[in-house]
Amino acid sequence: MIEIRGLKKRFGKLHVLEEVNLTIGKGTLTAIVGPNGSGKTTLIKSLLGLVHIDRGEITIDGRKVNGDCAYRKEIGYMPQIARYPENLKVRELLGMLKDLRGVREGLDEELVEQLEIGREMEKPLRTLSGGTRQKVGAVIAFLFNPKLMILDEPTAALDPVSSSRLKDKIVAENRKGKTVLLTSHNMNEIEELSEQIVFLLEGRIYFQGLIADLKRQSGEQNLERAVAALMRGARP
Amino acid sequence: MRETLKLGRYQLRDLMRSKWLFAYSGFFFLVTFALFRFVGDGSKVAVSLMNLVLFIIPLVSTMLGTTYYYGSREFVELMLAQPIKRGSLFAGLCLGVSIPLVLSFLAGVGGAFLFCGSEVAQDLPAFLTLLVVGAVLTFIFVALAFLVAVTNKDKARGLGISLLFWLVFSVIYDGLVLLAVVCFADYPLEMPLLILSILNPIDLARVLILLKFDVSALMGYTGAVFQQFFGSSWGIAIALTSLVGWSVLTFILGRSCFARKDF
Repeated sequence: MIEIRGLKKRFGKLHVLEEVNLTIGKGTLTAIVGPNGSGKTTLIKSLLGLVHIDRGEITIDGRKVNGDCAYRKEIGYMPQIARYPENLKVRELLGMLKDLRGVREGLDEELVEQLEIGREMEKPLRTLSGGTRQKVGAVIAFLFNPKLMILDEPTAALDPVSSSRLKDKIVAENRKGKTVLLTSHNMNEIEELSEQIVFLLEGRIYFQGLIADLKRQSGEQNLERAVAALMRGARP
Repeated sequence: MRETLKLGRYQLRDLMRSKWLFAYSGFFFLVTFALFRFVGDGSKVAVSLMNLVLFIIPLVSTMLGTTYYYGSREFVELMLAQPIKRGSLFAGLCLGVSIPLVLSFLAGVGGAFLFCGSEVAQDLPAFLTLLVVGAVLTFIFVALAFLVAVTNKDKARGLGISLLFWLVFSVIYDGLVLLAVVCFADYPLEMPLLILSILNPIDLARVLILLKFDVSALMGYTGAVFQQFFGSSWGIAIALTSLVGWSVLTFILGRSCFARKDF
């Protein structure tokens, strides 16, 4: 589904990503982990074309990411911080996206009910709390039945009920054959959701593969400790 | 193009709900109305109104454009994650801010014109020019604000720079012209001043309106140079072309910075 070859990106003097090679198979659920500032969000943003890469090549579903925007039809993205035009109502925002994409049928609005957004529909976005905005972001990411879902810390601001419902939805969509790529700092959550893990540190990939393999390799029983061990090993 | 229009429409709806746009409109209505009632004479009203327009419109457009762009950064990210071209998004943002501003300016001043029809009728072409110039200035300064905001990550810095642009064009520029005239009085200054004037959209707007009103006493140095150099009708054509050039160039420059930007 995703092929990244020799990806390099720097902001000024800061090398954010160095020689990233990554393959993400169709229908997998992969978590990207790494400390703050390790390049997770930049990696995600280069997949979306939000960040222009300096070197290397990204292919998504056979299409090269190089400025053309059509490939994004198949991607649902949930950003870390969700902010929207202040005076628009939730219904209008969703309507606008449907209108812009020109899609009216085959929409997935299950999350509206599951995350209990129905009663927020007529409220202007500026009046919504951070968590509710995050929910709106989740609805948008799933709305168009995308083949690939990119979720940047999806559950960070959610209450336990919404968080578990969103996780159920993520797993359910993955079972239907959709590819999911997410980041999180919550190792329990990652263990619960995904099989594949990518460990990123200072712009390099130090581990990519099954969570079970990572645990075996480090000799730790739990993922948090295994990742911590990996981090200690990677840092000189 | 279709995407741009759709985006612009939603932004229009977003902005049209904010109260201060009505305040902007109401302000222009009240001032215009009061000028007509208390000053009376058509061309005097026009000149006072012109000074106000040349001062307020660039300031409000600059400030609103900059804050709006910084306020919608996350929204821009969301939009860029959709299958939308960056160029269309930029155009949509730009139009989405400038059109509501233009509409409320037109509604305010135009509304007052309707109440004072007889006075306006005497100088109709000139008053219409004033409206057109106000609209063009709005677009130029919104585009300029976007250009500054796109190229500066930090909001305080961006606001400072766009405010500086406004200050240079509307206040410091006049001082510079005066200084140049005093210091280099012995030299032929027409050409340099003409160039200086073309480099300042606010001055171009002033020259354009005054040439239309034909009040040479109020034209100031650059206006006089314009009239002397080109004559009234050519002067108007050149000032108008330069204004349009300003809006197109700032817009295109902003769009290309936006296209190359990392979010």
